[in-house]
Amino acid sequence: MDLKGFDHPGGQAADGGTRSVKVMIAGGFGTGKTTMVRSVSDIKPLTTEETLTQASADVDHLIGVADKTETTVSLDFGKISINDSLMLYLFGTPGQERFWFLWNGLFKGALGAVVLVDTRRLASSFRAIEEMERLEVPFVIALNVFPDSKEHPIEEIRDALDIPEHIPVVVCDARDRASSRDVLVTLIRHLKDRSAVALESR
Amino acid sequence: MSAPRRPTDPSGLERYYVLTKGRSGPGGSASSLDVATLIVSRAASVPGMQHEHEEILRRCRDPLSVAELGAHLGLPFNILAVLLADLLEAGRVEARDPIPAHGAGRGPDLALLEEVLSGLERL
Repeated sequence: MDLKGFDHPGGQAADGGTRSVKVMIAGGFGTGKTTMVRSVSDIKPLTTEETLTQASADVDHLIGVADKTETTVSLDFGKISINDSLMLYLFGTPGQERFWFLWNGLFKGALGAVVLVDTRRLASSFRAIEEMERLEVPFVIALNVFPDSKEHPIEEIRDALDIPEHIPVVVCDARDRASSRDVLVTLIRHLKDRSAVALESR
Repeated sequence: MSAPRRPTDPSGLERYYVLTKGRSGPGGSASSLDVATLIVSRAASVPGMQHEHEEILRRCRDPLSVAELGAHLGLPFNILAVLLADLLEAGRVEARDPIPAHGAGRGPDLALLEEVLSGLERL
């Protein structure tokens, strides 16, 4: 899909030319993605859904076939007003990575991603980390602290998840607005650092 | 199977079949619609317009993302994209894709990241 062909010349319109950016919140099932979207969003978080038939994932056959079982895959999202003309959308990705294709290249055009990790179940986020690497989406790792999580030194977890030194690994409480905000700040700072390095190496 | 004009069961696939007049996916420009694409009305609705088209024009007087629109209208992304394609082709709405971190050929956009960062720090 060609995003460039969709650019409208002179997009700065009479309404102040409000634009959007998006950040993805990824991670395994039950790692707190929806919780983080909820805690940091300015609006009541919403859900957008996509329906597909069990028998075929081919969208050409999606409609008008009533005798197949429907599956609904949902995407939780929230919004933060950065300023009068810039909105940041946060999308908590569906736990089932195989459905990400449903939303037109969900990660395309994203500034970056937060990968949430439950330290009690590290393996549940392996797939999300692999997907970020495969899709070349810059990301940071946020260890979501659950009440019964044991203390884990960050470096030990970095090794276990095989995360390179330049990618930030931080601890957070996804239920807490300030803590979730700090994770987003870490992500944007990381993106700035990457940009600075990319500029220097030209 | 003939689609009822007014489905008695307003949920489910029959409803979507009616809404989209049987089309399963948007063509042309709308095929690149993103969940974070902002939709802005550029024209008022006209009498006889499909109800959902009217709804979209009404809700997008101020820019609204495709994801929000889908949530408010209770429509799956793919169905909404078909309806938006109609309005885009008729010039009744404008679509603004999210700004990517890397502008085409312009390299990393530090100013954009700085803007996002200062917004977040004010939260």
